[in-house]
Amino acid sequence: MNARVQKLLDYFDERFQYAGLVKFAKKKTVPEHPKSFWYYFGGISLFLTGIQIATGIMLLLYYTPSIDAAHESVQFIMGGVKFGWLIRSVHSWTANILIGILFVHMFSTYFLKAYRKPRELTWMTGFVLFVVFLAFGFSGYLLPWNELSYFATRVGTDIVGSVPLIGKWLKTIVLGGPAIGQGTLSRFFWFHVAILPFAAFFVIVVHVWLVQSLGMSKPIGIDERKVKEIPFFPDFMFKDALAWTFILVIVGIVCVFLPWEVGKKADPFAMTPLGIKPEWYFTFMFTTLKVVPGHVLFIEGEVLVILAIMVGAMFWLLAPYIDRKAARGEKSPLFTWIGVAVAIYIAVFTVLTYVAPKI
Amino acid sequence: MNKRTLTAGTALLLFLVPAALFGQKNSCLDCHAKLEDTLKVSAEAVKNDIHVQFGLTCKDCHGGNPDIDDDKAMDRTFRGSPKKAEIPGFCARCHSDAALMRTYNPSLRVDQLSQYETSKHGQQLKKGDTKVAVCTDCHGVHDIQTAKFPKSPTFPWNIPQTCGKCHADAELMKGYNIPSNQLAQYKESVHAQALFDKKDMSAPACNDCHGNHGAVPPEVKSIASVCRQCHPSTGELFSKSPHKKAFDEIGQSECEACHGNHKILRPTAEMLGTGEKSVCVQCHDQGSAGYKSAAALKSAIDTYQGRYDREIGTLDLAERKGVEISDARFKLQGALTVLVSAKNLVHSLSTDEVDKKLAESDPILTEVDQAGADALREAKFRRSGLVVATFFLALFGVALFFKIRTMHKPG
Repeated sequence: MNARVQKLLDYFDERFQYAGLVKFAKKKTVPEHPKSFWYYFGGISLFLTGIQIATGIMLLLYYTPSIDAAHESVQFIMGGVKFGWLIRSVHSWTANILIGILFVHMFSTYFLKAYRKPRELTWMTGFVLFVVFLAFGFSGYLLPWNELSYFATRVGTDIVGSVPLIGKWLKTIVLGGPAIGQGTLSRFFWFHVAILPFAAFFVIVVHVWLVQSLGMSKPIGIDERKVKEIPFFPDFMFKDALAWTFILVIVGIVCVFLPWEVGKKADPFAMTPLGIKPEWYFTFMFTTLKVVPGHVLFIEGEVLVILAIMVGAMFWLLAPYIDRKAARGEKSPLFTWIGVAVAIYIAVFTVLTYVAPKI
Repeated sequence: MNKRTLTAGTALLLFLVPAALFGQKNSCLDCHAKLEDTLKVSAEAVKNDIHVQFGLTCKDCHGGNPDIDDDKAMDRTFRGSPKKAEIPGFCARCHSDAALMRTYNPSLRVDQLSQYETSKHGQQLKKGDTKVAVCTDCHGVHDIQTAKFPKSPTFPWNIPQTCGKCHADAELMKGYNIPSNQLAQYKESVHAQALFDKKDMSAPACNDCHGNHGAVPPEVKSIASVCRQCHPSTGELFSKSPHKKAFDEIGQSECEACHGNHKILRPTAEMLGTGEKSVCVQCHDQGSAGYKSAAALKSAIDTYQGRYDREIGTLDLAERKGVEISDARFKLQGALTVLVSAKNLVHSLSTDEVDKKLAESDPILTEVDQAGADALREAKFRRSGLVVATFFLALFGVALFFKIRTMHKPG
């Protein structure tokens, strides 16, 4: 290495003390085995998060969080700003692809029982991140202030209002008033560009730190002879980069051929359009609410569903502590079947929303 | 008294007044609810009647004493049920009494009877024809609703059906020598589309042209005035046109001659010119000045329409290709407004006026044309950009792939 460059690196190392980090990165290895394909979804999620941050910051230049100007500003971004259509479409499409990838990442981690000791906190921070990204989706959906997003948010916030005990209070807090209006838009914007990014950044740092310090988990009962260790850098990074490149091409194609639409400006006095539904990742909950009867025994159907979802989410979050067999390094088929049931339930109810909207 | 007490007191009062009204004895309803055929009165229907909601009871129309049971209730004040010929006068006892009506609904007119007497229905009734419509035929008997109530037979979108009860009855109409296809024709009209499909309450139903209580068929001289209620500018243009004098001279009704009456369809450019569907050729022979003028007007409208449709097509294509064109679409609205005005100007029969109007949108169409071309160019640029970007990304991916394979080769 050039002496001058080395001198410069030494200068920074003396101040930042990063030599240890470089040493760690150079030595770090990743297990490779028939199921290591699923490792890449974490990296893809991080890559897409980077895209979201970059495009989100760019959109902030032109977006106006006011009910009188939000829709027009998005229209201007799509038609009047050079490459504005690309930035917004990438932001919207990537948001959806990211949530899809997060579903895959979360379920693959669950089925591989990668949550088991000592990676309980990695799993829990991952689940928190999943919820944070759902909140990103929910809050971002309203920002263009179009008809679909307006009414879908109304459906969503009505569901929030059904949460037992604190529902009404929570709904008022979320809406910033009795109904969706400027208060709601301001809050959703604030939540989307300030609170959630801060929360996401903090949890991502902890999550990635845990992943790096504990390394990748190997599936229970895997034949150790089939496992080999490959260097994190450059081998694993190159494979990650290949996956990212592939995703980038997909994003480019959908953005050019199906740019994210602006829609009709929201009119609070208009009738709710027929077949209104939330974003696809919330539809399984939405359809569950529709199929459950108004009253089940002595409890309201809506309240029952919300309680069940809350209990289910709590189970999912605490799975590493409940699944004692996996914690001991033994196979736990019961938890696998629970995961299969949850995945089938989500898939079936999501598909039902679109193929049988009248149920 | 604080606000809460006041609200609670008002609510209690609102509950108690109807409770007292319905709670009091009404021997009329007690018996008539159980009787059959013409003497039967539905307690459920009466409850919703506008008169009952204003606190009136059976005795206010029919007299008698509802506090007494059996036949004794029909005391010397009892008026009984009016014969059909007596009904207009029976209702008018209150409805023509301005002082009395003011106490219930000051905005309600009190000239229904005098209007009715001028109507064809009223005139026939006077002659002893009891098959004609009287108040109850349109408004109902014991379940009368205000015309503002959507289920009322006199609510705008129920009126055609209410009139059609008699006027679509071929057997009944045969006796009067008038057709019975008006309702069927109206249902095909542009007015019915607006009223039934768009729920546009300002769209005309039967009563808006014929009158309601004073319903008569409009005569030739009044048809134009009827249409001018809603289409004043068209009427004004027609009055200044050469058609006005010509129509007056031959006693031809104005609007109806080209647009018809009950089955008024959405006007199209086909009605102009010299084609098969043209209304102009009904009077103008080939080679005449009117014939040439009709052809010129149609040509001007068609040329513009063609240009407008092309712009719409370009914008649709650009939109399908994903380019945001709402700004151009908004501008094109201006061109559509010009087209609508020009179609209206056709009634002036002045080709110059129509051409002048259409020329107003030249700058708009030129601008939209440019915007459409730009949008299509943008769509092409995006696709080319995607091809180039994908090529380089694919190249990068392939390079990575081979690098990874090299790294994994043993040794």
